[in-house]
Amino acid sequence: MLSTAEREEIEAELTRYEQKRAGGIEALRIVQRHRGWVSDEALREIGAFLDMTPDELDGVATFYNLVFRRPVGRHVILLCDSVSCWIMGYEGLRRALTNRLQIELGQTTSDGRFTLLPIVCLGACDHAPTLMIDGDLHRDVTPETLDAILARYE
Amino acid sequence: MPDERPLTQNIRPGAEPPSLQEYEQAGGYQALKKTLKELAHQQITQIVKDSNLRGRGGAGFPTAMKWSFVPMDGSSTRKYLVVNADEMEPGTFKDRLLLEGDPHQLIEGVVLASYAIQASVAYIFLRAEYTLAAARITQALAEAYAAHYLGDHIQGSPFSLECYLHVSAGRYMCGEETGLLNALEGKRANPRSKPPFPQVSGLWGKPTIVNNVETISNLPHIINRGAAWFRGLSKSKDAGTKLYGVSGKVKRPGCWELPMGTSIREILEEHAGGMRDGVRLRGLLPGGASTDFLVESHLDTPMDFDSVQKAGSRLGTGTMIVLDDQTCPVGMTLNLEHFFAQESCGWCTPCWSGLGWTERLLRAIEAGHGRMEDLDKLQAHARLLAPGHTFCALAPGAAEPLQSALKHFRNDFERHIRERRCPWSANGHDHR
Repeated sequence: MLSTAEREEIEAELTRYEQKRAGGIEALRIVQRHRGWVSDEALREIGAFLDMTPDELDGVATFYNLVFRRPVGRHVILLCDSVSCWIMGYEGLRRALTNRLQIELGQTTSDGRFTLLPIVCLGACDHAPTLMIDGDLHRDVTPETLDAILARYE
Repeated sequence: MPDERPLTQNIRPGAEPPSLQEYEQAGGYQALKKTLKELAHQQITQIVKDSNLRGRGGAGFPTAMKWSFVPMDGSSTRKYLVVNADEMEPGTFKDRLLLEGDPHQLIEGVVLASYAIQASVAYIFLRAEYTLAAARITQALAEAYAAHYLGDHIQGSPFSLECYLHVSAGRYMCGEETGLLNALEGKRANPRSKPPFPQVSGLWGKPTIVNNVETISNLPHIINRGAAWFRGLSKSKDAGTKLYGVSGKVKRPGCWELPMGTSIREILEEHAGGMRDGVRLRGLLPGGASTDFLVESHLDTPMDFDSVQKAGSRLGTGTMIVLDDQTCPVGMTLNLEHFFAQESCGWCTPCWSGLGWTERLLRAIEAGHGRMEDLDKLQAHARLLAPGHTFCALAPGAAEPLQSALKHFRNDFERHIRERRCPWSANGHDHR
């Protein structure tokens, strides 16, 4: 069941669009904000609320890379792999991160603390390389400054 | 010519954006008040037409001409304005400056553009990763509603406008005009067939204008100061100022508002401080990932739409990405084509299939497994990805850096194949 808070937030979004199903992406984001990710069960609940079949809604959910259809860790690291960051040291940063966390891109640490995902250009190319953790942008990141940044996310 | 920077005049890097009161004190919302009191919607379109404003999202289409395709005979019950704030072109970080730095300027522009086409609902379509911009726009929208710059009967006039922030959930395709409309309707962001164009049949089949953040942010200044003033800001026949950016191994990467038509050399050498010590310029993408490489002989090209096109590339977003001699041109091309292959929505075969092959061929060459005939195959893919073969501009955009890399850096591609390795790999590029 969608929680009361989830339901109210989704209903508020629906007033902004001509059609109910237009609120689908917002609804997925809302539920993900509450639960961390969108399970099959959550997908069915949202679909029922929006008069969409689970398959219709999953077709939308799986298109958008920031809708998580698998569980993620407590903190999600988005590591920019686009061109400016690549020129400015993405590969060294990725090696440092995967060594430090002992996971590859797309994986979650065994303690459930971090999920590491690649992301396209974060639009902060004058401060490359960049990464984002839980919506916080970190700029000019180096393997040396990485530990201090990660320490802020328990 | 006065050195005026209207778009960034209120922006203080690193500081909070101007509050509503500060924006008003700097002359903000005067264009809105004047418009709603004195000007007919046709007059706004005429002023913008006379100003010669061209769209700042990359294509450079004349803004007033785009608006002029919207049917204004009262046959449409509802019309929409959409701000494309889905800045996701790799190497582009200019709209972020305006979104975070002066949200009220954007909102005033939204009201003006909506008035010009008589839209009753506006959406600001923002990429999810711009979290600071989302917070600041949300606050500015609330302030604008409270001060009756949005909502019913704005400033006591007959004009009403609802403006909503839509935060997206990823994918480069959302920045494509018709993909964006599908995303707003809650669908996958596949492109739509054109015609019908969105100006006639857009969001939910209603007339819809999609304009870029920088385009919209220019409007209050054009209405306040006039078309002739706006044209006079420029060094070239494309009017106004432009946000230019530089990233890569230069001394001072950044983003600056400069007269339209400022040369690549001036942007690179004076504003970005030139190349870092110890590295040399090999080439640059003048306006984001989907523009052709230019090289040293092009440095005196003015950065305006027609001049960059004449030089063999596109102004695009005006934010350039610099390739230096310590960075592998094949690796850079692979990185770019990996991006396009990943972001292809899968709708058109030359795109989803062609980009996949392109990426694999480049990866093989970079890893030292390439053959000379692969270069012909890459050339063939660049032709197949060209305009006219797909619904949208993603594949043609992907072809631009590819075809120009093969032209300007052919020796580097051949050297990878001959030596069966990447000559730059000692620098630590492992090319995932």
